[in-house]
Amino acid sequence: MVSARETAEDVPDPEFPALTIADLGILRDVREADGAVTVTITPTYSGCPAMAQIAADLRRRLERAGFRDVAVRTELSPPWTTDWITPEGRRKLSEAGIAPPGAHGGPVLVPLSVACPRCGSRNTRELSRFSGTACKALYQCQACREPFERVKEY
Amino acid sequence: MSEQSEFDAYLSLADVTEDDHRWAFGTGFADPLAGLGEAVPPDVDPAALAERCLALGDDALIYSHRLQQWVTRAPELEEETALANIALDLLGQARLLLTRAAQAEGRGRDEDQLAFFRDEREFRNVRLVERADADFAELTARLLVFSAWRLALFDRLTADSDPVLAAIAAKAVKELTYHRDYAAAWVIRLGDGTDYSHAKTQAALDALWPLVGELDLDADAAAYLDGVFAEATLTRPTAPALAPVAGKTGRDGTHTEAMGYILAELQSVARANPEATW
Repeated sequence: MVSARETAEDVPDPEFPALTIADLGILRDVREADGAVTVTITPTYSGCPAMAQIAADLRRRLERAGFRDVAVRTELSPPWTTDWITPEGRRKLSEAGIAPPGAHGGPVLVPLSVACPRCGSRNTRELSRFSGTACKALYQCQACREPFERVKEY
Repeated sequence: MSEQSEFDAYLSLADVTEDDHRWAFGTGFADPLAGLGEAVPPDVDPAALAERCLALGDDALIYSHRLQQWVTRAPELEEETALANIALDLLGQARLLLTRAAQAEGRGRDEDQLAFFRDEREFRNVRLVERADADFAELTARLLVFSAWRLALFDRLTADSDPVLAAIAAKAVKELTYHRDYAAAWVIRLGDGTDYSHAKTQAALDALWPLVGELDLDADAAAYLDGVFAEATLTRPTAPALAPVAGKTGRDGTHTEAMGYILAELQSVARANPEATW
């Protein structure tokens, strides 16, 4: 039987279906005791509208996997940061044509240019500090001219 | 790729169970603080905590609504996206804060009841957030002042005696910094732009300033604003604060004329069909 943790780790993110909630660092904890499962998730942004969907997906998948008593709880502290996106998650973002965020907590003092996820050129520019979801900004590659989204450091 | 095909937003909407019925208005979502400790720590006064969360939640709720009114009206799609995102962040903060306020007051209400079924005099937001923006200059000037003020306030709240409020503040600080920087970039661009954009931006600041008096700006926020004004070649207005009405301001439930119109738009549908679910 697949464990509760494996089942929860496999749930795709509603806004980045190529990534799981584990890849994004949204899944914080899975506990199993006496057949009951408690899953802890964390919102990316305060207003992230995907949280209710993620909780519903978690419940549905765990119930289908045979877990009858499933609780999903929210943890706000410490606040989510893009540093929690795993290396695997960053790789999947690039593959999906979305530039991954740079390191947030590290000693980066000079803003590094963002590489185009399509052609790899670093000759890119920010079109808008915001984009289609709360966690992304809009860029354009000056080399291949393609617009692309980037997960902004947070 | 069975995993991939299993993900279908429409399919999951149809996949309802007994407790999946959602209230037709407002969030209808699960409690955003689900599983987070509801109990107010013994050393925290619940009434004072409820009051604090309500005031800060109302600021975010009403200002978010004002920002949402720019959607389909902004000068460029990129700015519209920005404003919608900022409004969404503030709505998220409002949901968390109103939920915490409801937990602390312990009267069995929830975020939706607080947002949709209170009357004007029960709202505790500052009057600055009620005002309708006359133009894009007013929008950016107000967003700058509001974000700088709220950021400094929330920075202090990260050490609040209530751990839930402190956690909400720690999340919001990241969002507010981003909002403030966005607004500052526009105010500098417009203030230090053409004669026309400079005049409009100075006029916007002058028009807003009487409402800034209610904010109790701390030294950090004031210094930040002065820095932006200097770079934008704008003059910090000296207009006195808008007078209280019979000693009362927004925090006491006394609002400007604009407030009734916002609440009518925000609440009328929910109040007409309070039992509706889908």
